[in-house]
Amino acid sequence: MLQYALKRLAVAILVALTVSMVTFSLLHLTGDPAIALAGESATQEDIENIRRVYGYDRPFLVQYANWLGNALTGDFGRSHYLKTEVADVVFARLPTTMILGASAITFAFILSIPLGVLAAIKPNTIFDRLALTLAVVGQALPSFWFALIMIFWLGIQWRLLPISGTESWQNFIMPAIALGYYVTPAIMRLTRAGMLEVLASDYIRTARAKGIRPGTILFKHALRNAIIPVVALAAVQFGFMLGGSIVIETIFAINGLGFLAWESIQRADLPMMQAIVLVLACFYIVLTYLADMLNAFLDPRIRVG
Amino acid sequence: MSPPNGPSTAGTITALPVAEQILEPSPAAKLRRRVFGHAGVTIGAGVLLVIIAVALLAPVLAPFDPLDQDLTQRVIPPVWHEKGSWEHPLGTDQFGRDYLSRLMYGARISLLIGFVAMLISGFIGTALGVAAGYFGGRVDMVVNFIITTRLSLPVILVALAVVSIIGNSLWIVIWVLGLLIWDRFAVVMRSSVQQVRDLDYVAAAKALGCSTTRIILSEIMPNIVNNLIVVATLEMAHAILLEAALSYLGLGVQPPAPSWGLMISEGKGMIFFDSWLIGIPGAALFAMVLAINLLGDGLRDVTAPENRN
Amino acid sequence: METILEVDGLTVDIPVAAGMLHAVRDVSFTVRRGETLCIVGESGCGKSLTSLAIMGLLPRKAIRTARRLSFEGVALDGLSERRMGDLRGNRMAMIFQEPMTSLNPSYTIGNQLEEMLKRHRKASTREARERAIFLLEKVGITSAASRLSQYPHQLSGGLRQRVMIAMTLMCDPDLLMADEPTTALDVTIQAQILLLLADLQREFNMGLILITHDLGIVARVADRVAVMYAGQIVESGTVKQIFENPTHPYTQGLLECIPIPGKTPPGAHLGSIPGIVPALVGEQRGCGFAERCGYAETECAARAVDFRAAPDAGHVYRCVLTPDRSAANHRAGSAV
Repeated sequence: MLQYALKRLAVAILVALTVSMVTFSLLHLTGDPAIALAGESATQEDIENIRRVYGYDRPFLVQYANWLGNALTGDFGRSHYLKTEVADVVFARLPTTMILGASAITFAFILSIPLGVLAAIKPNTIFDRLALTLAVVGQALPSFWFALIMIFWLGIQWRLLPISGTESWQNFIMPAIALGYYVTPAIMRLTRAGMLEVLASDYIRTARAKGIRPGTILFKHALRNAIIPVVALAAVQFGFMLGGSIVIETIFAINGLGFLAWESIQRADLPMMQAIVLVLACFYIVLTYLADMLNAFLDPRIRVG
Repeated sequence: MSPPNGPSTAGTITALPVAEQILEPSPAAKLRRRVFGHAGVTIGAGVLLVIIAVALLAPVLAPFDPLDQDLTQRVIPPVWHEKGSWEHPLGTDQFGRDYLSRLMYGARISLLIGFVAMLISGFIGTALGVAAGYFGGRVDMVVNFIITTRLSLPVILVALAVVSIIGNSLWIVIWVLGLLIWDRFAVVMRSSVQQVRDLDYVAAAKALGCSTTRIILSEIMPNIVNNLIVVATLEMAHAILLEAALSYLGLGVQPPAPSWGLMISEGKGMIFFDSWLIGIPGAALFAMVLAINLLGDGLRDVTAPENRN
Repeated sequence: METILEVDGLTVDIPVAAGMLHAVRDVSFTVRRGETLCIVGESGCGKSLTSLAIMGLLPRKAIRTARRLSFEGVALDGLSERRMGDLRGNRMAMIFQEPMTSLNPSYTIGNQLEEMLKRHRKASTREARERAIFLLEKVGITSAASRLSQYPHQLSGGLRQRVMIAMTLMCDPDLLMADEPTTALDVTIQAQILLLLADLQREFNMGLILITHDLGIVARVADRVAVMYAGQIVESGTVKQIFENPTHPYTQGLLECIPIPGKTPPGAHLGSIPGIVPALVGEQRGCGFAERCGYAETECAARAVDFRAAPDAGHVYRCVLTPDRSAANHRAGSAV
């Protein structure tokens, strides 16, 4: 298991490095950052000044190496706009996005796993059809529209929940639902498929032949095996949600990383954008790594080998 | 199931397969029956065809020019409200533009972006996936690495950032999306090719000395094209939703184009009193994506029921 | 020896797309304590479904009916699923064919063994563990205590099957059903496992139903034999009766397929039964073997054939031919 862990770690680090290069290149090569920074009414001289001051006139690889070196020590440079250290702002806003993401995935689990299990126990019945319909509908609903609808009904018409800000935990309910429902179908389907497959397996037949109680069979024997791929999927989906949080955070005025990204894009605050993309990408890489490890741990064939 | 190994076959009987005494319809007839009998496929395809027809015929069908502003007719509700009228069946927005016409033209934008982005990402993803699946080894490792790197990038953020730097036009959005959402193509094509690669007819083609290109194009591709079609429909829906999100945030299609996402964004300020401004384009988006997803899921069920999940 | 299992007129029907599949048709037999009944037949004859029907483990869609299905005096068809669960693994146990996939890969051997005793006897972990070690040693697994913490994937097929046997014995059942327990194992291991089963049966005084398609195993292990074909029992009797005096043409054909060293000339054709098993979907008329039988007469395909008694006691067969004619046919030549 240790060997496996180390090998995957090496890959993860390599991916992180590649992502950092991709991020850096994308934002520097797709346009002239000096021009973007200077704004529309800048003169050529202004642009040249900016280029010199921010080091945009140096060779690309030098810029990248500098940036990466600094980033590894936690220095993401200074924000063009806010005149503060990027790292300070990013890590100050990170927890909010984390809370949002965690609530969203929790909501997704609470909804999808029981539904998936139920659909698998009663295949082709009304429960199954209901679960699958919910899945199909969920995947077709645009998240920002769903958020607006919830705001309209739950926030405005019925005044049940607050519609912006982050004062209390209630502020996170609608955003969590808006962010989490989109990954619910995938998790539900995977749970259902996994359970169906496991329930048809020989060792479940053995368990029944042993007279084990149906509840025990379901949770101890079946779900334990079916959940393994769901774990990996959940990590991946959590990563997506962190990236997709920008839409939800702007709608609900939640002061997290997504909202910060939005503001930075508007202000062409390049160092901030780079940092946010890199931080989120690294989170995703760490999450998938942990999911890999959890997977391996849950499957004795890999853990004990 | 492999036959039992080892045990002495002396005195044992191995049965011959039970004869099919009931005549079966031909495979083509069975497929046809499955396709049309499948509710998802028929509903999805039906709705999608209607939307495509409306989009294509928009210049003919739309009662007004979608960009035509008429400030005397601002914010008229749809016909089912007491203040609405049949002149503007779906009402007008804050610039007096007819919502029905904008909806029809908006369909063209969504379909165009969805379709072309799907083609671009499909091409990239399929090329990568087939190469990885067929050649295996180092090629597979490299492609997997590329896929993992791509998956690590937060798509919406990167798309927004890139568009904000380059500038947002219809074609920039299409290309950015196309260059970003190829991962599912790659993953599915890779595993499909892997499943088919070791089958006998491929080995036969190799033995005959067929070139690699020929093998991939004529032996392997025809057998995995059904998976490709399923992924293509689902990714088209994905692209449509992404464009809508980008336009909603103002970094997609430029106003005054009637992109549905943009219409929702423009209407959100008036959510309190004129909720239809976001309700209608959103419902249209939902219907279109739902139809495409139903079609894609249905095609998957029909062509390979064992993949149903 | 007391009778522990009575099966009378067991029928299993499964609705399929093309109609109703009559997989098991009017099967009857009894099993006594300490007795080994071998159910013999080719793949698809319904022998596995018979055992699953007794255990109540048929697929959801299957329909089970019987005139009488009683275990230790308790009628099984009326029992709720809950009561059946109390019986399964406890008083009646079953071993399946594929040891490689019959154990849960996520739990240790010990856990899966101990859970039986905890479920049925409310035993403590210590008690369950002791019993598990005791049984693992009984089935010939060395260093049993350390095996308990191993996972299934760490054991070979033969070892896993031994673990399965130990598992069935945890609660000291009265009836053990083994569905082709050695088919998936190497030939060398087969003999060991079978001998093990025979020893354990004696020691624990159980009734044993052994399902197999291997007549060699039958000859070695069985007390009584029931030959199944196309969902029905076509002949049943003691092992001596079946092997020395096979009366049903199918049984005769089976035995002729066995090459006998010394008697069968090298290079000669091995016996076989031409034809294929009939489709069991839809209404069944007449004898299922009629199409392949060398002695078939017009009435064979027309009406259902009932059991007929052979001269030796307890030996019955389902054929229109009288025992004399059948014996004459058998002496004359092949039955097919």
